[in-house]
Amino acid sequence: MAVDRILVLVERGPAGPVSASLELLSAARGLAARVDGAAWGADVSSLAGTVGAYGAATLFDLGDPGDALPGPQVAAALAGLATGPDAPDAILVPTTYDGRDIAARLSVRLDRPVLTNVVGLELVDGTLTTSHAIFGGAQVARARFTGAGPGIFVVRAKSFPAEEVGGDPAAVVTVGPADVGTTGAARVVSRHVEERSGPSLDEAAVVVSGGRGLGQPESYQLVEELARLLHGAPGASRAIVDAGWVPYAYQVGQTGKTVKPTVYLAVGISGATQHLVGMKGAKNIVAINKDQEAPIFSIADLGVVGDVHKIVPQLIEALKQRA
Amino acid sequence: MLIAVCVKQIPDPASPGALDPTTRTLDRSGKLIMDDSDSYGVELGLRLAEAAGGGEVVLVSMAPRSETGGLRTALAMGAARAVLVSDPALSGSDALSTAKVLAAALRRVGADLVLAATESTDGYTGTVPAQVAELLGLPSVTFAKSIALEGPEVVVQRQTEAGYDEVRCPLPALVTVTAGVVDPRYPSFKGIMAAKSKPVDVLSLADLGLGPEVVGGAAAGQELVEVRDAEARAGGEVVVDDGSAYEQIVEFLERVKVI
Ligand SMILES: Cc1cc2nc3c(=O)[nH]c(=O)nc-3n(C[C@H](O)[C@H](O)[C@H](O)COP(=O)(O)OP(=O)(O)OC[C@H]3O[C@@H](n4cnc5c(N)ncnc54)[C@H](O)[C@@H]3O)c2cc1C
Ligand SMILES: Nc1ncnc2c1ncn2[C@@H]1O[C@H](COP(=O)(O)O)[C@@H](O)[C@H]1O
Repeated sequence: MAVDRILVLVERGPAGPVSASLELLSAARGLAARVDGAAWGADVSSLAGTVGAYGAATLFDLGDPGDALPGPQVAAALAGLATGPDAPDAILVPTTYDGRDIAARLSVRLDRPVLTNVVGLELVDGTLTTSHAIFGGAQVARARFTGAGPGIFVVRAKSFPAEEVGGDPAAVVTVGPADVGTTGAARVVSRHVEERSGPSLDEAAVVVSGGRGLGQPESYQLVEELARLLHGAPGASRAIVDAGWVPYAYQVGQTGKTVKPTVYLAVGISGATQHLVGMKGAKNIVAINKDQEAPIFSIADLGVVGDVHKIVPQLIEALKQRA
Repeated sequence: MLIAVCVKQIPDPASPGALDPTTRTLDRSGKLIMDDSDSYGVELGLRLAEAAGGGEVVLVSMAPRSETGGLRTALAMGAARAVLVSDPALSGSDALSTAKVLAAALRRVGADLVLAATESTDGYTGTVPAQVAELLGLPSVTFAKSIALEGPEVVVQRQTEAGYDEVRCPLPALVTVTAGVVDPRYPSFKGIMAAKSKPVDVLSLADLGLGPEVVGGAAAGQELVEVRDAEARAGGEVVVDDGSAYEQIVEFLERVKVI
């Protein structure tokens, strides 16, 4: 099965397409002769410039679900694009809250399976072959679809670099909205935004993550303060997310975010495989842990054996002196 | 109020199995336990049933060899009964096949609300629940951090990148629960004893009217082609803090030019 066309689901963030979608457009360019995007929401055409600059020829407007959660309607509109002579060979979906819902529902509509948690994609003998980090990233599994296309791939953020090529704005083609009746009846009645300053976890050059070694929720302030002084973003291990110290969006790891900053600072984190898989792509890793045997030290470029309650305040003080 | 909770039974993650080198499927020959991820759905289901006064929680699971180890834990927490689908032809099922089986079982249960986890511990595709919803023609709300019932609607706080959204959805509906959002209760001794006699309805594919051509390994449309060790990342210097280690961290940050 040669790969001629790839369709990329483009999700909108507060400032245009989310970076995970731009990464997929960039990756798709290297795999297929033609790349198209598909997006939903109000004023999809405002995304055409960016999507074109990342190499897409066409941007399909899947309709505006308004306040409804987009899964059912977007999947129905996509299913319409996925059949017929112009059908893509593959549909790439970013691993986001809505992306997974859309891919799952699309899979049922097309009666095709989905490959999820994809971290690499390449052509092997003309067939798209995926990579997946398994057993906490200790091993890599590679997989492919066997039946007829299109294959649905749900790809984790930061699996590919996003690279602009400066193409013309994509041509906008309207295909939605699809009517899905009560299946699409879940609707957002209010949005609650937790105040956060500084760069996002995805984009920060420095990520400072805290773990259970902080001892109590109040100590997370040390992590936030350190992140702020380094113009970075605060993150967390699942242990303290589950304990309710910080929201889920802060979680780094297998069931959280993948981050690839210039520096990752792990503060009181043991380094369980499920955490490592989300951060070991960082260029540099610094770890502070009082246990010399903590697994995090086996991948840290600089490991400090000591008490976070002593070292982090000293570090904060030193950084303040420089500022 | 009838609440169905999907409960996956998995090998103990504390002693994770390995991929069988020949079949390239996960070795599931050991004893199975309830996936921790589902304990939050069971807890929320029980609380909702209690709040509704006289509600019932029914468990739905697909597992090999008629395994009930994990289901007994959830029954001991307070669920009333369980429906278990078990069939040799289901070995090697992908997420879509699993969803088809769970959807067929749920159709029989006819719940007002279906709960599942956001993602399972061993498979973590995170797609099974939304696939189930689409198969049943139900609306769904994923990534719940809290759930309340208000008349004919379910009200969910759904996690987002920025915080959370309040989502309302008419019943029947499917909701997935994020790990860690409640403290699951420990089964009491009385609960454990009671669980032994609670009904577990074991169904085969034929009972559900499904053939091996639509579900299970024979129908899977994907294959593993290779499993290999990942490139290891080497560790660097480890120093023991003598009161001045922070200076070394500052130097390191300078060297890599982030300050
Ligand atoms: C299916 C599944 C998915 C998972 N997904 C994720 C995920 O996405 N992300 C994730 O992070 N985890 C995940 N986990 C959980 C993971 O296995 C670990 O339980 C978790 O990462 C541990 O968090 P922690 O390092 O903060 O806590 P712990 O493992 O308890 O480590 C705390 C560390 O702090 C150190 N410490 C204690 N006091 C001090 C002090 N005063 N100064 C310095 N150091 C101190 C200790 O030596 C210890 O090493 C997952 C688990 C499963 C089963
Ligand atoms: N075999 C199964 N039996 C019962 N529930 C399941 C099964 N597989 C998946 N689920 C449910 O779907 C959720 C997500 O699974 P997954 O898509 O594998 O990440 C699980 O946490 C369960 O709640």
